[in-house]
Amino acid sequence: MSAGPLRDAFASATAIREAIGRREMSAEDACRHALDRIAATDGPLHAFQHVAADRALERARTLDRQAPPGGPLHGVPIALKDNIVVRGVPATAGSRILERYVSPFDATVAERLERAGAVIVGKTVCDEFAMGSSTENSAYGPSHNPWALDRAPGGSSGGSAVAVAAGMTPLALGSDTGGSIRQPAALCGIVGLKPTYGRVSRYGLIAFASSLDQIGPFARTVADAALCLEVISGADERDATAANQKVPPFASLAAAPEGDLRGVRVGVPERVLASGLDPAVRAAFDESVRVLARLGADVRPVDLPHSGLGIAVYYLVCTAEASSNLARYDGVRYGLRAGDASSLDAMYDRTRSAGFGAEVKRRIMLGTYVLSAGYCDAYYLKAQQVRTLIRRDFDQAFATVDAVVMPTSPTPAFRLGERTADPLQMYLADVFTVTAPLAGLPAISVPCGFSEAHLPIGLQLIGRAWDEAMLFRVAAAYEQATPWKDAHPGEASGAYDRA
Amino acid sequence: MASTLTRADVLRIARLAHLELSEAEVDLFARQLGEILTYAEEVQRVDTTDVAPTSHVIAAGTVWRPDTPVPPLDREAALANAPDASRDAGLFRVPKVL
Repeated sequence: MSAGPLRDAFASATAIREAIGRREMSAEDACRHALDRIAATDGPLHAFQHVAADRALERARTLDRQAPPGGPLHGVPIALKDNIVVRGVPATAGSRILERYVSPFDATVAERLERAGAVIVGKTVCDEFAMGSSTENSAYGPSHNPWALDRAPGGSSGGSAVAVAAGMTPLALGSDTGGSIRQPAALCGIVGLKPTYGRVSRYGLIAFASSLDQIGPFARTVADAALCLEVISGADERDATAANQKVPPFASLAAAPEGDLRGVRVGVPERVLASGLDPAVRAAFDESVRVLARLGADVRPVDLPHSGLGIAVYYLVCTAEASSNLARYDGVRYGLRAGDASSLDAMYDRTRSAGFGAEVKRRIMLGTYVLSAGYCDAYYLKAQQVRTLIRRDFDQAFATVDAVVMPTSPTPAFRLGERTADPLQMYLADVFTVTAPLAGLPAISVPCGFSEAHLPIGLQLIGRAWDEAMLFRVAAAYEQATPWKDAHPGEASGAYDRA
Repeated sequence: MASTLTRADVLRIARLAHLELSEAEVDLFARQLGEILTYAEEVQRVDTTDVAPTSHVIAAGTVWRPDTPVPPLDREAALANAPDASRDAGLFRVPKVL
């Protein structure tokens, strides 16, 4: 039986693009394949909030009329987290308050993807306004982990991770504020990258915490993630924080990995790993570090003394910024309006109370408190100062190493419902992912093994600002030396995989 | 020291945040926010003398672009998502302010 991209649900974006280029398949074939796969598997998985089938097919047919095939993602299906807007397509951000919102404009990333030939097939489930680590804060129900349906896929970009892990699309975009790309990538056994702050325009990303939010790719291979990042990167006059930095040829760098890591210095922050690490994660991490050393990397200890404060700093900063960003949901210009209010103020209060879920209210309340008169210096300003110390730790580490390595998540995927009663416990799961965004640094999660229950485990690499190329180099060499990228869910159980 | 929030604190914050909370939410948030703030107090024990706060992580300076007029979102599209708009007048309608 042919193993061509058309029959293989787990074909890479690169393979699909090449097959279309050779006229072995059309963009429409690739699009139909993705839509069929979604129809066959999304019932139990619930990766998609909205499938834009007609729009996608029309777009694919238009691409097929182009000769010769154009951009670097020509005909490649992709899914977008539902907090990234596409003109004429609903965007809920997982919230009731945006239940009927249809975007009148395109996010810059959507525009760039389509200009490169990608076909957006739909929008994926996420925690409400990207606030969460499991998708359980979605107002429309959670996604399910394809490796074990009773487990969370991670969050907040969980639906995007599931779509890629389960072979619905080869690529997806998510957003990462405190780990929302890397943690679900780890829990679903795929690659996820949070770029350097400022690498990718956030125009059209529904804002959560603006000093942290960054859009990035999910893929099943490092090379595909690099290809996607290259397409979406670069300055944008509609987002002044999208920096005017040269975009390296990420795709060609990652497509031809150097194979060994001689001359690359990798730092292990042993003190950060000291407590609360699941034994299977610890074992997989230790083995991964040995693999990096075997590949020629110079592995040495580094110290990040303020990392333990990361979660406290993160939840003070992100909630403060969220309380400000979410003030715009007032029932006037778009979104839900709760009826029957006699005054404007009462309308605001009722609309927001009816439209926001519990976690969003909790974070708005916390953020409002830490910014309020009398408390701002003790909480928000103090958190910003400790944020400086966390950045300095990384500056010092990167004086002696080229990348810092640590687990992505302290545990494999947890059960849906297991952590919803205790918000603080849910926050503590972000221990390894919050520091990179606080320092603005790029970080990637790559699959690095499985637990005894056959749940995926992720390895995280953090790099210098603007040096995603180093992350791709190390991650690609690691990927090539290990079997993990070829492991796919559903093969063992067959529970949902009848496509 | 554990941070505690009273019901009055929670109601004051809710008013600032334009949220109308149920009785159960007031009690729940008083407890949960207190727990989170107690956890976050560890930042207050750090010596930050002479440490500048980070508000922007990548210093970009002032970003300039040419001031070229472009057509804005047209009025029809801008009103399309409004829960209550007067299409004829081209306005958003709200409950009375005064």
